[in-house]
Amino acid sequence: MKTVNIMIVGVGGQGSLLASKLLGHLLVSEGYDVKVSEVHGMSQRGGSVVTYVRYGDKVYSPLVSEGEADYIISFEKLEAARHAPMLKIGGQIIVNTQQIDPMPVITGSAVYPENVLDELKDKGVKIDTVDALSLAKKAGSVKAVNIVLIGKLSTYFPFEKDLWLKAIEETVAPKFVEMNKKAFLLGRGE
Amino acid sequence: MKELLIGNAAIARGLYEAGVKVVSSYPGTPSTEITEFAAKYDEIYCEWAPNEKVATEVAFGASLGGARSACAMKHVGLNVAADPLFTLSYTGVRGGMVICVADDPAMHSSQNEQDSRHYAIAAKVPMLEPADSAEAYNFAKKAFDLSEKFDTPVMLRMCTRIAHCQSIVEIGERQERDLIPYEKQPEKYIMMPGYAKKKHPIVELRTKALTEFAENCEYNKVYFAENNDIGIVTSGTCYQYVKEVFGDSVSIYKLGLINPMPVKSLIDFASKVKRLIVVEELDPIIETHLRSLGLNPEGKSLFSNIGEFSQKDIKKVLIEKVEDSISADTAIPNRPPVMCPGCPHRGIYFVLSKLNLTVLGDIGCYTLGATPPLNALDSTLCMGASVSGIHGFNKARGTDSENKTVCVIGDSTFMHSGMTGLVNIAYNASNSVVIILDNSITGMTGHQQNPTTGYNIKGDPAAKVNLEELCHSLGINRVRVVDPYNLEECENAVKEELAVSEPSVIISRRPCMLLKYVKAKPSLTVDSDKCRSCKNCMRLGCPALSFKDSKAVIDATQCVGCGVCEQMCRFDAIKEGGNI
Repeated sequence: MKTVNIMIVGVGGQGSLLASKLLGHLLVSEGYDVKVSEVHGMSQRGGSVVTYVRYGDKVYSPLVSEGEADYIISFEKLEAARHAPMLKIGGQIIVNTQQIDPMPVITGSAVYPENVLDELKDKGVKIDTVDALSLAKKAGSVKAVNIVLIGKLSTYFPFEKDLWLKAIEETVAPKFVEMNKKAFLLGRGE
Repeated sequence: MKELLIGNAAIARGLYEAGVKVVSSYPGTPSTEITEFAAKYDEIYCEWAPNEKVATEVAFGASLGGARSACAMKHVGLNVAADPLFTLSYTGVRGGMVICVADDPAMHSSQNEQDSRHYAIAAKVPMLEPADSAEAYNFAKKAFDLSEKFDTPVMLRMCTRIAHCQSIVEIGERQERDLIPYEKQPEKYIMMPGYAKKKHPIVELRTKALTEFAENCEYNKVYFAENNDIGIVTSGTCYQYVKEVFGDSVSIYKLGLINPMPVKSLIDFASKVKRLIVVEELDPIIETHLRSLGLNPEGKSLFSNIGEFSQKDIKKVLIEKVEDSISADTAIPNRPPVMCPGCPHRGIYFVLSKLNLTVLGDIGCYTLGATPPLNALDSTLCMGASVSGIHGFNKARGTDSENKTVCVIGDSTFMHSGMTGLVNIAYNASNSVVIILDNSITGMTGHQQNPTTGYNIKGDPAAKVNLEELCHSLGINRVRVVDPYNLEECENAVKEELAVSEPSVIISRRPCMLLKYVKAKPSLTVDSDKCRSCKNCMRLGCPALSFKDSKAVIDATQCVGCGVCEQMCRFDAIKEGGNI
């Protein structure tokens, strides 16, 4: 099979590492060759963060380049727009409708482009929006935004729901499993 | 058993299975997790040393003592460890010894983009470079045999995209190794001129033997494609990009042992391909070697020596293909990294910025104080350079700078290499103000313990350096502690210490907000009726504070209730009571 490219993008501290850990775990258990590339250190401190997840029969590069991503999961609106050029023509963006102002907007040296997702939609980019923050609160913690988005992503994949739930059990700390399962199901619209 | 591991965890597993007994390191992105994962194995003694020189010397001592040992550091850490490295090349080892070094092309979290391969060449020690986690594991494990066989420390070079990329590793079991009995060997281990002169020729012979070994060793892989149009010599992560683009359609010489490189087999490879190309990030090390063999490869004439590559770069240059994509026409504002909400550095930085001081900075989270709106820093060079630097700055400018210049350095960085600079300030008497930003952890690299925290790498209680007493004993009479959440206290302290005519240390002490034991307070909220839109609070550059519809707004999901913005508001508009 052809390698599938997923990007998880957001703001440092939003929990993208757990999302990629869960995905990687599930894909390995399904027998795929998998590479997950993370960035640690300075860029994690509230900056724009990117994780690449690639799977298939044999994966070489750990990175996804411009025009190669099948899916982009974005934890924040502006980050979806920033990384849109990474999407393959015909690829899918899943985006949390949360807005987090970057420092240049806070200091007034730049403007948050409120309508940028509509502009991308007009250009033919497939964008699926989800209010992951509200759903995460409903599940019991604002920190579950990552798993809500994974729930949304799961609706685009052929894997059975139980596989995802099992991956949650195996990667999340025991006391948070139930809450995250709830978040996952809310993300799926169930 | 198959596991999905980041390269650094794979190295730790390799060290474990190789029977390593001692690992000593100083954290540094992207090398930190090597030691963190190694510390999870009870069979390995692991520690955070105060700096990379100490770590490397600890590993040397353990090797001398007959154990297999390792140390890990980032590329700039190797500069600190260079002193022991160069002479370790002469002494060689007793138990096998591996020095792991992680480069950071593209500077994701670094102050420069130096290429560690130069060190292996200069110090004349073998260097291995894995291309994925499976190789990282395998090379780490086998590096000890190489070390013991050739009586040399072995360097293991990583880069961000290997260190922090997860891929599948088939792991094995640990092989316990008995300590090699200690034996006094002055001619081998005492490097004074008489003995060192005898060792240098041995080092040169070793390089010759290693070059011969490199010709067909298991670390290097040669693949010939059916068609011989293109032959690529590459290593590490670049190999993956080449394979991604070309699959099996071009011939590839993949170097795993990148110092010393082979001679005959590379000449043979070159003779069998029409076009010889080198794909390597950063400096033309492989290319230069090929040129020294009389070959004429294409390398840096095609590819940059700046930043990191991806398959895109290979495609663009070698098959002139660019993937289609769609982007927005609207400008997308940057999202630079920032100090976290509740960061204890913010308060003291605001004071330094307000007083318009010249601030010599250092390496850590607090380097982020350089960015708008605080713009609090004037320089950042390397670990410890703030303390040494302010002394030089004040010696050069005298009274013109002494009462309006300070330096800032973190607790961990101070222990790493700030202390010696402070001794110099006391000994050579400059009227300098040193601010130690004590957040009780090594922050930027992801919360590692250090000698000031009272805990060791395992989280067990350990001896705790008392910074106040330490500074006193280094010769500083004026040492005081402030709470960086208290702006008035900070401002008074800075003004007073700048006014006196002797060196002083201000310890700005409050633990990092992200530490588990630090509990966030309820979010603050802005009373929009009281907010006069003066934007004074916005001068703090707190990510939880923004301005909507001409009023300040606090994002309750981010705010940790530190209360610093409350002190900024002259209209009493910021108070407790936000809801998430």
